[in-house]
Amino acid sequence: MAGNTADKIQGGVLGWVDARFPLSQLWNEHLARYYAPKNFNFWYYFGSLALLVLVIQIVTGIFLTMFFKPDAELAFASVEYIMRDVEWGWLIRYMHSTGASFFFVVVYLHMFRALLYGSYKKPRELIWIFGVLIYIVLMAEAFAGYLLPWGQMSYWGAQVIVNLFATIPYIGPELVTWIRGDFLLSDATLTRFFALHVIALPLVLLLLIVAHIIALHEVGSNNPDGVEIKAHKDENGIPRDGIPFHPYYTVKDLVGVGVFLIAFFAVVFFAPEMGGLFLKPANMIPADPLVTPDLIPPVWYFTSFYSILRAVPDPFMGVVAMGAAVTILFFVPWIDRNPVKSVRYRSFAHKLNLAVFVVTFVSLGYLGLQQVTTLYGELTLRFGVMYFLFFWLLWFHSKERSVLFSIISFLVLVGIYSLYDYTRFDPANSQLLLTAWLLPTVYLFLTMLVPVFKRDLGRDRPVPERVTA
Amino acid sequence: MANQGMDRGRRRFLVAATSVVGGAGVVALAAPFVASLQPSARAQAAGAPVEVNVAQIEPGQRISVGWRGRPVWVVRRTPEMLDLLSEIRGRLRDPDSEMEGQQPHYAQNEHRSIKPEFLVLIGLCTHLGCSPAFRPDIGAAELGADWPGGWLCGCHGSRFDMAGRVYRNMPAALNLEVPPHRYLSDNVILVGEHTEGGAA
Amino acid sequence: MKSLIAFLALAVMVGVPVALQAAGPSVPLDAVKVDVTNEASLQRGARLYFNYCMGCHSAQYMRYSRVGRDLGLTENQVIHSMIFTTDEDGELVNPGSLITNAMTADYGEEAFGVEPPDLTLVARVRGEDWLYTFLRGFYRDNSRPLGVNNIVFDNVGMPHPLWELQGWQEKHLDANGVSRLRVVEPGRMSGPEYDRAIRDLVTFLSYLAEPMQVERQRIGVYVMLFLIVFLGLAYLLKKEYWKDVH
Repeated sequence: MAGNTADKIQGGVLGWVDARFPLSQLWNEHLARYYAPKNFNFWYYFGSLALLVLVIQIVTGIFLTMFFKPDAELAFASVEYIMRDVEWGWLIRYMHSTGASFFFVVVYLHMFRALLYGSYKKPRELIWIFGVLIYIVLMAEAFAGYLLPWGQMSYWGAQVIVNLFATIPYIGPELVTWIRGDFLLSDATLTRFFALHVIALPLVLLLLIVAHIIALHEVGSNNPDGVEIKAHKDENGIPRDGIPFHPYYTVKDLVGVGVFLIAFFAVVFFAPEMGGLFLKPANMIPADPLVTPDLIPPVWYFTSFYSILRAVPDPFMGVVAMGAAVTILFFVPWIDRNPVKSVRYRSFAHKLNLAVFVVTFVSLGYLGLQQVTTLYGELTLRFGVMYFLFFWLLWFHSKERSVLFSIISFLVLVGIYSLYDYTRFDPANSQLLLTAWLLPTVYLFLTMLVPVFKRDLGRDRPVPERVTA
Repeated sequence: MANQGMDRGRRRFLVAATSVVGGAGVVALAAPFVASLQPSARAQAAGAPVEVNVAQIEPGQRISVGWRGRPVWVVRRTPEMLDLLSEIRGRLRDPDSEMEGQQPHYAQNEHRSIKPEFLVLIGLCTHLGCSPAFRPDIGAAELGADWPGGWLCGCHGSRFDMAGRVYRNMPAALNLEVPPHRYLSDNVILVGEHTEGGAA
Repeated sequence: MKSLIAFLALAVMVGVPVALQAAGPSVPLDAVKVDVTNEASLQRGARLYFNYCMGCHSAQYMRYSRVGRDLGLTENQVIHSMIFTTDEDGELVNPGSLITNAMTADYGEEAFGVEPPDLTLVARVRGEDWLYTFLRGFYRDNSRPLGVNNIVFDNVGMPHPLWELQGWQEKHLDANGVSRLRVVEPGRMSGPEYDRAIRDLVTFLSYLAEPMQVERQRIGVYVMLFLIVFLGLAYLLKKEYWKDVH
């Protein structure tokens, strides 16, 4: 009897709301009756974790905004005020600074998941495009936020990046002055970056994330086997390999949250500077427009693209190359035309290509943190070339290629950069140059030519009908 | 999706346990965020006790000092003013300062002060926080011939006597607040501390 | 797939430590181990700081009262042993004040060519080893305007503030051609005594740069323990629900 009454009351209130707002409908569509493939693995934690980091950043950010002073004279001291005078201010600030880095860790892993299982392929191209947009806005958000503490690294890092726009022909110098709002990086720049960081970019970010999730829930999730679970439905129209997101994936993601928070708070409480990767020592000195620090590397999450910028001798072409390195991501759904989604059923050559890409991206990131030496400069150039070769190979592996096409395209590609090497040949560095030449050449040889001689290595495997357990 | 062999009790227990522990975690994490909104070390430093030298105050005069951003009045009352305090008891709402929290225990007496001569008050009306005007003139024209001297709040007309006690039937319901204070020497009052080292 | 994950993990494990040890200083630094939980050491370091450094270097993001509270000093001790700065009325500033000092930037620039930097965060900027080596690395150099140079900070613009304690050193090259310092005029302290005093000072500067560091790690342990319990429960919950999935 009591149960009946309770049902009635709940139905009453919920019914009242549902008649006016689709509360139950939203709950069901996105959680209780959103059927996700049952074979999600480790790589599928990072979407929900990215949402968690977003919440952490928004909440800690709101509190920091209450104490921070966006004023060139006061900003640095207000950060130390937060660290010392505000009760628990240090915890809030360290959570925010650590959260920024963890956001990128999570997003990079999330993006790599898409590459592994072909989650950008039809019908999920728009999810991927929204994702790349989120990534770009996130970079802008992080860049604007990094200026705010107004330390030496904030100041000179922003100086270098803002000056990239100066390389644009004709309008460059004017454009840079307009971005800064002054003839040097100053209070005017700080206040506009503050406005972008605390309201404009977060709003855009939230909208894009909503679009990303709506698009995902429209077409349904991909999975590690890359098969469409909607192709096999039971008599009720429910995918046979699908399970309701809630409770199954909510409880599973809770485990991911637990592991993530342990890593996150371990950094917050025991290594908030992360050896200089997350918070740089030079940023503990107030910004000084007259003194440049010895080395001004960007924060680690930008350094892969920064390396590509540095690899190109011409400043404007460097900016173009860096821009291309990011922009090319938008086209991945149309570059990789292979119908097989998951890496599980792709050829050895494709697996190798992905693995080399990880090495390339990490190496570029590492090199971007270092002072340029002859060795590092050479390596940066080679890895920069390999970054773009990855996308070429992604296209190349779209189907089985003929022997002739493989050999000719191999020779053409190697020929192009060898020709460039010839023009810059310097006998003093010949050994380094030749050794480094091997990097992209061996990469191309292994992924393009070896499959020609050993056909198995270039062949995709049959994809199962249903997901595997 | 078969439900055989499912242990409902265990499941319910685990849901409850995880929710309780997770909820406790969220509350524990919320605590520092809430605490961060309290006055910071800077605000506390600005709210440090203030020393007032009362030797220069003429009898019947009031001086005003700032403590925690609020006006604090120190009045040197004349014997005549002190005599009137007991005469008007009947017209006051709380003549014996029985309301807790409006004064430290050492000011819970007829003259509402440590030494009868010197009155220390926070100069904000207990109604809505305006600062009342000092009207020591006995029998002031617009306040009536029986006005014994005191304060009149310009905002809503609340009246207070020379010990900061509120009259009956006024918008304000409480006597003016006496801040914590102590004598460092005969002529120096420290506003903001009850005892040495004991912050207010 | 498995091999790919292993490969990724390897790349990260190899890459990160290499990145962390990048760009070392040109002069080898003497390693120092400081213990910011050692109250006596902090107090001795604070005494050195307030007696010898404060004259020129402020610690303007920190408050006297906070130092006093964290180092276990009474308010009277704070007032009498730390505060030398006066306000516009000529009275000693309130213990809640920031640790600024009387030397103005202009005066500093005139006297030393540069404004003496604020030292609140110096331990985070330079590192403890650098400070330890620097403070023990002053030597006589008549080519410099103040007659002093430093082994890790070439052409440093400041005099040797602790010469009464350390005495005077001179630089010479040893058999391997490495620069070494040798005390030629002893000060009030012996070599090991001076090293200990500097370690105390570095300990204090390390505390000053991040006063909450002890609290941070203490709380961190409890947070970790809590999260491990939470993770255990979440794991059991997940396992329980996933019994349904075949």
